[in-house]
Amino acid sequence: MNARAGIEAEWEPAAEKAKERKLWRKIVGQRYLQMMALLGVAWMIVFNYIPMYGVIIAFKEFDIIHSISSAPWVGLDHFKEFLEDDSLGYVIKNTLGMSILKLVIGFPLPILFALLLNEIRSIVFKKWIQTISYLPHFLSWVILGGILATWLADVGIVNKVLMALQLIDQPITYLAEPKYFWSIVVTSDIWKEIGWSAIIYLAAISSVSPELYEAATIDGAGRMQKMWNITLPSIKGTISILFILAVSGILNSNFDQILVLRNSLNETSSNVIDVYVYNVGLAESRYSYAAAVGLIKNVIALALLLGANSITKRLNNTSLF
Amino acid sequence: MYSFKRQSASSAIFEMFNSLLMLIVCFVTLYPIWYVIVNAFNDGADAMRGGIYWWPRQFSLDSFQAVFRSEGIMTAMGVTVAKTLIGTPVHVFFTAMVAYAFSRKELVGRKLYMFIGTVTMFFGGGLIPYYLLIRDLHLLDNFLVYILPAAFSFFDLIIFLSFFREIPPGLEEAAKIDGANDFKIFYKVIIPVSMPVVATIALFHGVYQWNDYFTGMIFINDTNLQPIQTYLYRVVAQSSSNQMLASMPSGMAVTVTSQSLKLATMVVTTAPIVFVYPFLQKYFVKGFMIGSIKE
Repeated sequence: MNARAGIEAEWEPAAEKAKERKLWRKIVGQRYLQMMALLGVAWMIVFNYIPMYGVIIAFKEFDIIHSISSAPWVGLDHFKEFLEDDSLGYVIKNTLGMSILKLVIGFPLPILFALLLNEIRSIVFKKWIQTISYLPHFLSWVILGGILATWLADVGIVNKVLMALQLIDQPITYLAEPKYFWSIVVTSDIWKEIGWSAIIYLAAISSVSPELYEAATIDGAGRMQKMWNITLPSIKGTISILFILAVSGILNSNFDQILVLRNSLNETSSNVIDVYVYNVGLAESRYSYAAAVGLIKNVIALALLLGANSITKRLNNTSLF
Repeated sequence: MYSFKRQSASSAIFEMFNSLLMLIVCFVTLYPIWYVIVNAFNDGADAMRGGIYWWPRQFSLDSFQAVFRSEGIMTAMGVTVAKTLIGTPVHVFFTAMVAYAFSRKELVGRKLYMFIGTVTMFFGGGLIPYYLLIRDLHLLDNFLVYILPAAFSFFDLIIFLSFFREIPPGLEEAAKIDGANDFKIFYKVIIPVSMPVVATIALFHGVYQWNDYFTGMIFINDTNLQPIQTYLYRVVAQSSSNQMLASMPSGMAVTVTSQSLKLATMVVTTAPIVFVYPFLQKYFVKGFMIGSIKE
């Protein structure tokens, strides 16, 4: 490689042309590498960029007769229609409500779990807890939906226990009542992901220098003080980055989860943007309208990401990009 | 000295409460799963009364027998096994190959290619344009819908990339002198030294393939092509388990209820993952850390 570059460097009188030829020669020389890379680029163009182009149907009236390019333009009609839709209010309320609850409760809990787990002295015990706590992450939402349905059934353990404690007289059909839906979603999400989300914090904690703790011990710092003043500040960067991602995902309901737990009876608290897009788009085949709603969501999500990124950048100098 | 003693006393109390708390966490994690398992192993008709908490009241394997005899369930299981066994190597090999090309500094156009990939992480077309694409590619009701759209992931590429960067360049140089081309170097030299990250991505993607019900739900109508998770979704979420029961061989339905059949199917579906994952755990924790150092 070096020898060839040396020879090439010798004949370069017509600078521009030689440069071009050199680049071309380099590409031919790495043709296998280029092919490997371009296959990946081709995949992304097909499966990521064509759908991005397909978003223009949001501004068109796309139907079975027309193709994406030949469909007539309708401007912002679909966006206006969504803003005037009666379900807009509760769809937004459900999406934001559940996401904010997940953020406020579900975001700090794995950090707390990681901090407390880190204080366990016995390595064997610690490994066991970790292994057990990841397990639910590997169950599918369909399975978890089945577990929840079993727990919350009329003869399920929740009703049996509450009735034995005489807190209720009649079994409650939890999944059929809108008022319980949010709590079920938030609780089951935390149950499934707390251990898994803690891994990344544990990794960050394990790279904190032990000397810091030794110095603090000599100064007479207690356990809580060390946790608060050394461990937590050391993982601030990791927390910030995950926080940016969590905030930008606030319009993303966990679609897999909601689809499993929703039904026509809890509709008023379970209909979120993603479900709405799915229903009007695929069940009712109103492609253009659903694409418009999806586009609004994606644009706001991008704005949130950039916003959260610039805020954490200013606050503590960590950012995603 | 005095303060040191007080410190260690409060420390011991903290340790005790903390251990107790962790035991509670373990219990809360495992018990919901255990509850389903003991109910699945109980006689279906008897389980309808509820109250089975720790151990089956009338132990019975009938529901499991029914699961293994049901043609619908076994077909769906077959689809899941096939998509996992085919989809995982394809995803790992293809993503790793592209990642290796992207990891080489001399690749002309490298910055542009990375930019093209980075954009896909932050913006997408959404469900509807994606559905139309799949339709136009004739992937509806086609087994390849499980494989091709899942063959690549830019997130996984980044994990591979940070691993490949750590490989000493001397390895590649030696192979190059022997006249191997870049593709050969990739699968003869790079893949064998990258087993930890290959195992991590294989586990992640294998679990995804095994657990995914969404693809089967929106792109597949043909029941012979639906994976077990989609089958279960239809049973769990749309409570069509009476249909499930109707598809059983006759004479079975006395002790097997739609509920017990559902539970047994859930246990059978999840068992492979639960058995495999503790052994692979050390890989994915390592892989997760590699991924977290990115950027």
